[in-house]
Amino acid sequence: MAYLQLKNIEKFFGEHRAIKGIDLDIKQGEFVVFVGPSGCGKSTLLRLIAGLEPIDNGTLSLDGRDITSLPSSKRDLAMVFQSYALYPHMTVYQNMSFALKLAGVDPKIIREKVDKAAAILDLARYLERTPKELSGGQRQRVAIGRAIVRDPKVFLFDEPLSNLDAALRVQTRIEIAKLHRELGATTIYVTHDQVEAMTLADRVVVLRDGQIEQHGSPLELYDRPANRFVAQFIGTPSMNVVPFDAAPQLLSGASQAPSDGFVGVRPEHVLLGDAQPGSVPVTVELVESLGVETLTYVRLPNNVQLVSRGAERSRLQPGQQTHVTFDQHFIHYFDAAGKSRAPAPGAQA
Amino acid sequence: MNRIIPRTLLMPAVVAVSIISVVPLLITLFYSFVRYSMLDPSGHPFHGFDNFHFFFTDASFLPALQNTFTLLFSVMLITVVLGTALGLLINEAFPGRAVVRVLLISPFLVMPAVNALMWKNMLLNPIYGLFAQISIFFGATPVDWLSAHPLVSIIMMVSWQWLPFACLIFMTALQSMDREQLEAARMDGATYLQQLRYLYIPHLGRAVSVVLMIEMIFLLSVFAEIFTTTGGGPGFDTTTITFMIYQQALLSYDIGAASAGALFAVLIANIAAFFLMRVIGKNLSK
Amino acid sequence: MHSKFHLYVRTAAAWLCALLLFFPIFWLALMAFKTEGQAITTPPLLFFTPTLDSFREVLARDNYFGYAFNSLFTSVVSTAIGLLIAIPAAYSMAFFPTGGTIGLLKFMLSSRYMPGVGALMPIYICYQYFGLLDTRIGLTIMFMLMNLPIMIWLLYTSMKELPREILEASRMDGASVWEEFRHVVLPLSVGGIASTALVCMVWAWNESFWSLNLGASNAGTLAWLIASYSSPEGLFWAKLSAASLMAIAPIMALGWFCQKQLVQGMTFGAVK
Repeated sequence: MAYLQLKNIEKFFGEHRAIKGIDLDIKQGEFVVFVGPSGCGKSTLLRLIAGLEPIDNGTLSLDGRDITSLPSSKRDLAMVFQSYALYPHMTVYQNMSFALKLAGVDPKIIREKVDKAAAILDLARYLERTPKELSGGQRQRVAIGRAIVRDPKVFLFDEPLSNLDAALRVQTRIEIAKLHRELGATTIYVTHDQVEAMTLADRVVVLRDGQIEQHGSPLELYDRPANRFVAQFIGTPSMNVVPFDAAPQLLSGASQAPSDGFVGVRPEHVLLGDAQPGSVPVTVELVESLGVETLTYVRLPNNVQLVSRGAERSRLQPGQQTHVTFDQHFIHYFDAAGKSRAPAPGAQA
Repeated sequence: MNRIIPRTLLMPAVVAVSIISVVPLLITLFYSFVRYSMLDPSGHPFHGFDNFHFFFTDASFLPALQNTFTLLFSVMLITVVLGTALGLLINEAFPGRAVVRVLLISPFLVMPAVNALMWKNMLLNPIYGLFAQISIFFGATPVDWLSAHPLVSIIMMVSWQWLPFACLIFMTALQSMDREQLEAARMDGATYLQQLRYLYIPHLGRAVSVVLMIEMIFLLSVFAEIFTTTGGGPGFDTTTITFMIYQQALLSYDIGAASAGALFAVLIANIAAFFLMRVIGKNLSK
Repeated sequence: MHSKFHLYVRTAAAWLCALLLFFPIFWLALMAFKTEGQAITTPPLLFFTPTLDSFREVLARDNYFGYAFNSLFTSVVSTAIGLLIAIPAAYSMAFFPTGGTIGLLKFMLSSRYMPGVGALMPIYICYQYFGLLDTRIGLTIMFMLMNLPIMIWLLYTSMKELPREILEASRMDGASVWEEFRHVVLPLSVGGIASTALVCMVWAWNESFWSLNLGASNAGTLAWLIASYSSPEGLFWAKLSAASLMAIAPIMALGWFCQKQLVQGMTFGAVK
């Protein structure tokens, strides 16, 4: 039974249909990530769940209760805002205890809960400080602490890491993952960063233009994208998607491919080397050596560009010639509309 | 969601503002169409448009209209231009800026009546006033400002009072300018005049509209200055529409005519407000 | 623009302008400490032995403290009551806007454009009818109504600048409308409220039109005191200056003391 259930949720901004009928069932304890490009509606959807915007059509139920028209304060949800939204005139302790104070909880119990959350988040030393006196990372932890203290049914995160620098982002990501393991709370997490999606999620929901493109476990989306959009959104560098007739000789399973469709191959399945049967000569355009791997950008004779990713160091130089083949086990086929035709053989399990 | 709470919160304010604007308006409307002179206790017979006719054909009407616009326009121009200049001057730090700000804000805090008396007696008086003394010192004949240039005198007084207001608003607005934009312009080789034209002045647009709006409220009802210095004269030289209405009501005891004039004042004020609101409204809803 | 020379020029120019602008007030203050004879000397006297005679005479001739109290009472109370009405209204308009909110604001502001003299007769008659003429309450109500539109506008722009997410956070934390207002909006708006209160007090204190027409010897404010000096009774400039100084000194002191807050209030949302 779904713990949090969205049924045909719609949202209009004036004439514009921003959320176009979303259905989603979220299980208790699941870590669900909403991911998608800017403007896809992921933040809007989160805000609809939170109750910060009214739902125009459809129903939202939590633990069997219909919360579609309930105000935010009564939904038993907690949200961590992108800008943290801490109360600037209150101390960390007051920020974290505010909700409980409003609910009339006994001050001793409040003290206990706040201290416990502060211990988990390493905030015990900062309880009497105001947000002004904290660093970005500390403020973020206070925002999370504020949510934890309430012990809500669902945690909502709105791009919590986007205001942090790169190193802090990685560290905090790990801490959030740890937190989820410890607390086991149902979480909905919005981000535009697909690395966060892949690493944190039990389930990823890819959104575009107010609709769900696909949802499933991170690896499911990686190995079996339902359409071209998901295929190219998940994975960096993104999957090479070329028109079918770009280089038909690279495809052994040619009969499966729609002639007016597309073919997708991930960079790690684009192999460079010497000439062999089924290979195509290419010109090297750019070589990026990242240390752990090498990205090579090549161009086919018909001007189509491909990215290849390999673990070995490359001795290729821009302007040189080499040959390319595709790993036939991992070719994805998309029809003209972008939908996946058949699961790529070899991507099972 | 809940409509009742916001409406209840708004109610007292809406009621209060309506009372002060609608009720007097209705009463004035009534009086403008009847004959009501405090000197003639014979009731209030319906007078048709006679009051309006009387008001508009009064010898002081056209001068009053002209004076009103002149006063408004001059003060606004002076305060905005000089205010901008002053604002730019004190925008960047210099020793004693805090004290300078305190000195600059002072004219704004002075009671209009005191303002008027101060200028009339201490500064503009043709014999003992400071301006006169300075002229004598330089060997020139002192000017009797209030007799020879009455409207200019009034404009001087009112501008003096409102200059700090404009200056401080502009200064605050300038402080919120994007430093990086200025630095980029400087690196692009912009001269100070060019920076002025393309960066500073456009940024001040919003502040200017606010200044004009507030000034218009108070300038249309300038009263104490005229009352205590020139009494509207000599002749009609410093009579504004506001003062003219006052004369009709309290000096001629003709309430009917005063009411007609008041309606006219309401009309002008609303026209002026309408135009300004279009500009401000854009700023309000940003 | 950053050379030392430029700095000197700017400093000199700024000080010159400030002193020039302040000069009339300075001259007024100076004259208040002169005798009548000293006040009208030609050329004007810059150095003299100051005397408090003029102040004493004004205090003897007129009920200064009575008028001062009236000024204080009317400006403080009118501002306080105004805030009680304006704060909820501004809160409602800032956080529960409807399609008609901007229109309502415009209506309120435009009501302020009519010169007082236009409403003088109706209001005078009303006041006469209700026995409010020459009463402190009457003047207080008038000042309050006069400043209300601007107060609402100032508070509205101030409240609109509160970050939306903080208010949403309080809603998620379970705050009702009242709790949100009391625990979050109000504490964060204190600066804006203080600035608004200051500006409106200055305007109420300096108000001359209604205090002269609706007030008299009983409830008259300091404006009334000054008005009694405006009839050409002969030369008494020192007394006039003393009276003027005593009339404007309190509010000037307040303005100077709180100048930062005051200037903030004066920007009227012109600055983001």
